[in-house]
Amino acid sequence: MIRYLASRVVTMGFTLALVSALVFFIINLPPGDFLSNQIAELQAQGESASVAKAEFLRAQYSLDAPLWKQYLIWLGAVPGPDGYSGLLQGDWGWSFEFDQPVSDVLGETLWLTVLVNLAAMLFIYAVSLPLGTLAAVRAGGVTDYVVAFVGYIGLATPNFLLALILLYYGERYLDLPIGGLMDERFEGEPFSFDKFKSILVHLIVPTIVIGTAGTAAMIRRLRANLLDELGKPYVTTAKAKGVPPVKRVMKYPLRAALNPFVADIGNLLPSLVSGSVLVSVVLSLPTLGPALLAALRSQDHYLAGFILLFVSALTLAGMLVSDILLAILDPRIRFGGRGR
Amino acid sequence: MKEPGTDPLQGGRAPSPIDPDTRYVDGVAYDPDADTDIGGARPDLDMPTGKLIRRRFLRHRLAVVSALFLAFLYLCIPFVEVIAPYGANQRDAEHLFAPPQAVHLFHDGSLVAPYVYPTVATADLEKFQWTYEEDRSQRQNLRFFCLGDPYQFWGLIDGRFHIVCPPEGGTLFLLGADKLGRDIFSRLVYGMRVSLTVGLIGIAISLLIGITLGGAAGYFGGWVDATVQRMIEVIRSLPELPIWLALSAAVPPQWSPVSVFLMISIILGLLDWPGLARAVRSKLLSLREEEFVRAAELIGASPQRIIRTHLIPNFMSHIVVSASLSIPAMILGETALSFLGLGLRPPAVSWGVMLNDAQDLTIIEFYPWVASAMIPVILVVLAFNFLGDGLRDAMDPYS
Repeated sequence: MIRYLASRVVTMGFTLALVSALVFFIINLPPGDFLSNQIAELQAQGESASVAKAEFLRAQYSLDAPLWKQYLIWLGAVPGPDGYSGLLQGDWGWSFEFDQPVSDVLGETLWLTVLVNLAAMLFIYAVSLPLGTLAAVRAGGVTDYVVAFVGYIGLATPNFLLALILLYYGERYLDLPIGGLMDERFEGEPFSFDKFKSILVHLIVPTIVIGTAGTAAMIRRLRANLLDELGKPYVTTAKAKGVPPVKRVMKYPLRAALNPFVADIGNLLPSLVSGSVLVSVVLSLPTLGPALLAALRSQDHYLAGFILLFVSALTLAGMLVSDILLAILDPRIRFGGRGR
Repeated sequence: MKEPGTDPLQGGRAPSPIDPDTRYVDGVAYDPDADTDIGGARPDLDMPTGKLIRRRFLRHRLAVVSALFLAFLYLCIPFVEVIAPYGANQRDAEHLFAPPQAVHLFHDGSLVAPYVYPTVATADLEKFQWTYEEDRSQRQNLRFFCLGDPYQFWGLIDGRFHIVCPPEGGTLFLLGADKLGRDIFSRLVYGMRVSLTVGLIGIAISLLIGITLGGAAGYFGGWVDATVQRMIEVIRSLPELPIWLALSAAVPPQWSPVSVFLMISIILGLLDWPGLARAVRSKLLSLREEEFVRAAELIGASPQRIIRTHLIPNFMSHIVVSASLSIPAMILGETALSFLGLGLRPPAVSWGVMLNDAQDLTIIEFYPWVASAMIPVILVVLAFNFLGDGLRDAMDPYS
């Protein structure tokens, strides 16, 4: 088990390194950068003091160095002008637009992003487990069709539209709050029970919106797996023996069908995270989505790069969790068998 | 053993109890299909595979309807200029946010030519909003196969011919008008051209990369396989939308709409290939070990022939299915990008660009028809999903 875990962690670290290189490359794709735009603008206005500051920042972040060297400095593997100061040392870079370190700009949003995605994840599992089971047990029945219909709608409706519609009707009929993740009076406040309650109420719409597409996919997957399992002879034997229906489904077939259900986190998480970026722009949640969009628009490339990397790391961490869960659930994986 | 003069094929004889060495030879001519003949229980299995697939697909009603619907839309794409009653960016300052106009067929209980009532705008100064009222006193007949607003067919040929035109001096806003008084229905038709082709170009790119890399990984194995596997793992762990956003933010704003459109489709295809590559690779790996491939090799078939006649048909079905399930993801991707303002930009028209106008709640509340682009998006995505499901079931006719 420990050996398996260690190998997974090492693979993840390797993947993360590749992802960081890719991300750095992508954020440097747009021609020009924030500082050179700013310098051009300031020179046009003839402000030499600010130009000097911008030039200083350029040197500070070695934007003149070749790309691979910039990347290594950003990573913290090679000393920059101020010695080692990069991601590895916990320095997340400088946001040129806000004129602040990235860590100060993002602050709370990081944890709110994790919270929103976690809530959506829990929602997906909490909803799709009972519904998927029901759909499989009552295959061909009314429940099955209703679940399939809702699932297809969830699959086909773009997230952001669902967000707009739910936002409107939620506010109108259920008095759910619009936008944001907490009441304005709690913003920047220390953590308290009231703040927690406010966050919970605000989480309802985003969670449903982000979770719907994933729920639809999950229900279909679980239904198919469980149907396969229910057709097997041992279920018939159990029925012949007189095992009551609930126990007959719960004891073995459901457990066998759960395996791919957990393994699917790997597929689910990336789409979940990217969905949450879009939805949080529409619902103006204080998460990474709007921040990323703004950073991309203003070419604030360390900010954008860090957000992209954080979001990717989030999915990788989720995959690691799913691997660990699977290993606990399935001895064939734990002992490195040929099960997969 | 064989008695001279008797041909065993002409009629055997029962083994004689006297002569134990006599071998029984059945007189009936040898039938090579005898082994596979299962007594007419499933005679349909002997049909050509193509026929079986078609038959099985046709049984899937929803998939057939979806296929017809999509075929209809794609057939319309070349002729959008003729179908749309207005141009995509033609403004009518008199009819900002005009609601949908109903087309009437009956007047005083009798069937007449389709007509609309003209609408009159009045400013509601309390709510700061235009209100429109139908003027029931006069009827305006629609014109069919008529000369209307000028356009450039495919941006090349000047034309004025439309299937439907607004009445002389009147308006025809089937789905209402947006904030600039542009006809939503016409914009939907124009937007269809972009929104539906984005998926096709994207899937072409994705197929190209996926088949090449997946094929190489499956065929060569070794370090090529390991490298491709690692690439797949990295790309699959990236959240799609943020990367799409970052990539499309890199598209220079001064590019022409057509190149932006091409670039966006390429970006959409760039992240889609890992699933396909993985499928192609595993299919190739398992197919290579199949007995029919070995048999073909032993008979002396060239690798080219093996690939063409034995391997490709076997994984083509898989590719068709995964393509038909990837296209809707790309259509949704384009919609999302344009919605956020990082995809196509006006004056280009796509369903996502149209939804960009419907971003805030006031629009949804007061002018819900501005968001009507969501209906074709949902329908098309659903249709592709049903089509993919139907194809998947049909492609494996022996199950």
